[in-house]
Amino acid sequence: MEFYVISLLNSLVFGMLLFMLSSGLTLIFGMMGVLNFAHASFYMLGAYFGYQISVFIGFWPALVISPILIGLLGAGVERYGLRTVHKHGHVAELLFTFGLAFMIEELVLLIWGRVAINYGVPESLDFTIFTLYGSNFPVYRLFMLGISLIMFIALYLLLTKTRTGIIIQAALTHAEGVGMLGHNVPRVFMMVFGGGCALAGLAGVIGGNYLMTSPSMAILLGPIVFVVIVVGGMGSLTGALIASLLIAGLQTFAVGFEYSLTDLLALFNIELGPDPWLSDIWRIKIENTGPLLPYLLMVVMLIFRPKGIMGERES
Amino acid sequence: MITEKTNQQSGMRLMIRRFGVWIGAALLLVILPQLFDSGFAITMMSEMCIAIIFSLSYNMLLGQGGMLSFGHAIYYGFGGFIAIHAVNQVTEGVVVIPLELIPLVGGVAGFLFAILLGYISTKKAGTTFALISLGLVELVVACVLLFPSFFGGEEGVSGDRMLEWSITGTGFGQPIEVFYLIAFWLLVATALMYLQTQTPLGRMANAVRDNPERAPFVGYNIHLVRFFQFALSGFFAGIAGGLLAINYEIVNSEMIGALASGHVLLMTYIGGIGYFFGPILGAVLYTFLHLTLVNITMAGQLYLGVLFIVIILYAPNGMAGILMVHQPVWKAGLIKRLIPLYSAALGGGLVAFLGAMIMVEINYHLSLSIEPDAPMQLLGLEFLANSWPPWLLSIALIVAGYFILKPVIRNIGHKWNELTNEMQGGQTR
Repeated sequence: MEFYVISLLNSLVFGMLLFMLSSGLTLIFGMMGVLNFAHASFYMLGAYFGYQISVFIGFWPALVISPILIGLLGAGVERYGLRTVHKHGHVAELLFTFGLAFMIEELVLLIWGRVAINYGVPESLDFTIFTLYGSNFPVYRLFMLGISLIMFIALYLLLTKTRTGIIIQAALTHAEGVGMLGHNVPRVFMMVFGGGCALAGLAGVIGGNYLMTSPSMAILLGPIVFVVIVVGGMGSLTGALIASLLIAGLQTFAVGFEYSLTDLLALFNIELGPDPWLSDIWRIKIENTGPLLPYLLMVVMLIFRPKGIMGERES
Repeated sequence: MITEKTNQQSGMRLMIRRFGVWIGAALLLVILPQLFDSGFAITMMSEMCIAIIFSLSYNMLLGQGGMLSFGHAIYYGFGGFIAIHAVNQVTEGVVVIPLELIPLVGGVAGFLFAILLGYISTKKAGTTFALISLGLVELVVACVLLFPSFFGGEEGVSGDRMLEWSITGTGFGQPIEVFYLIAFWLLVATALMYLQTQTPLGRMANAVRDNPERAPFVGYNIHLVRFFQFALSGFFAGIAGGLLAINYEIVNSEMIGALASGHVLLMTYIGGIGYFFGPILGAVLYTFLHLTLVNITMAGQLYLGVLFIVIILYAPNGMAGILMVHQPVWKAGLIKRLIPLYSAALGGGLVAFLGAMIMVEINYHLSLSIEPDAPMQLLGLEFLANSWPPWLLSIALIVAGYFILKPVIRNIGHKWNELTNEMQGGQTR
């Protein structure tokens, strides 16, 4: 019981963090058809900016300033980079963001060095809020959960209740028609790209000190975010939410099971010899398959339901 | 009698035109290691040849078939792993394969894995294909630690290439003997891949790339065309992997991952995906830069990344594209008139690059070296990284480079218009 409750809470925290990253990515894809490979790099930059600003003026200003800076940076990338390569087609756009991810990682190495930086949880949030079955639950996780819920509600209201949101939703499916009505579609694209990057930056600021802030954090989380938007359905926010929670749960819960195929066979009283054929397969424990499961899910999903859980069209 | 002679002559000329490039390449591969016989040069040339095969096989997907893969190193890596296991099996006396044919074992391994994974990944092209390839490569990387008996865990699998079985009787103890083996396979693989572009399959791959809606009307199944193209590409990637296994006698998980896939994407794109010889240029340049930059600077990856972004933004057809644009101008004998402007652009570019490089190197020194306060060396000069003159100099150089380049680039544009007008005028007249 203890394991399930704690894992549930942890996967909720991690899932909401994943959603914060994937919501921007899925909106950008849905609208512009661009798979932004550099999205996780903006998350990494968010964490590093957050660290640097909190060193100078403190964590709370960093929480606001860093995402804004990342958003502006993202808007600049869209305006001066993506728009230039757009005429060469989608493959060129994809490759551009791929190169950008490569460059951002090198620039982070250049400025902050190769080792993980000491970006800690702020002191005002560094205490235990409650004790569950003898293990402490830090308040910072609750704070992360709170921020991501506020962000989710704000995003939902923005997209459904405001004029801007309605234009964005219309541009998701009928960009040309929206342009005909006199809206500046390229500017909407720029705003969505910048906004998506700002969300990634926010995830970086609050996730960087929870996970770890190092130059490899983009490579570690980037592919998972892709899995989320593929499984959830490209362009669908609800899908991204469901998939984020699903994948976070899958990874968190897998860690707790120490069973392997040998154990399964043992249930049926089948004993394997000391050195069976394909010896590795029988010994793999579920807890070690954590890194593998999301990708397996993604490949299976792409084969059998390329639309994803909530997606309306195939990529 | 006379006509017969001219026939013979024109036959000769045709032969030279058709096979001249191949004979020239073969001669070059024989002579080069005699000219540059240092250990480093041999290593670099071996790696270049392997990179050429790998990169050409990648272009069978991206350039010819329009399939952007982020996981091509899977087939390269499996080729390498199976090849090294085959070498070990021969050493143990389980099977008999001469070393010369081990790359073929790698090729077959790459082919089989491409068949296994290719049928599902090639159903769709475009973004879906790219995403599946990304998912598959992460899946394989996650498997590396789960199957230590095949992948050898973190340290990889090593073997001894000096087998008792060999067709040529060579022991392959010397790197140069291995180089000639690699060069032989390079020629064979390149010729086969070139011939493949001339087959109906190669042509249909282009059609499916350009217009997947209309290609089925010719009567072909586009999924199968992509699938066959994919499988063949896996075969050649496997050959490259097998050669790498022989060359280094060790294969580890680095070879199979997303990073290796990224490298081949970069080198192919820099070379130019629109032309058969593009990836060859790209592989040679990329390997050269990669291996030399590692020795002189910590920022090698950054420079290669900048090169990649510049190519994407301004020359989407890569280096081969830049060359081919100039072919008509060259033929018209007008290239001379571009040279002054190009030299000016090169000069301005060098000035700006020098400025940017100084700044990058200073920063790397400050962030990565053990003693940031110690004097650093750059281009034979020694100075303190945290003093202001080098910063000022680098900013000045960047600004100067910008102001040289800006008018020059505009003038190059004008000159191009002028030349094209002239060439078109010449034709109509």
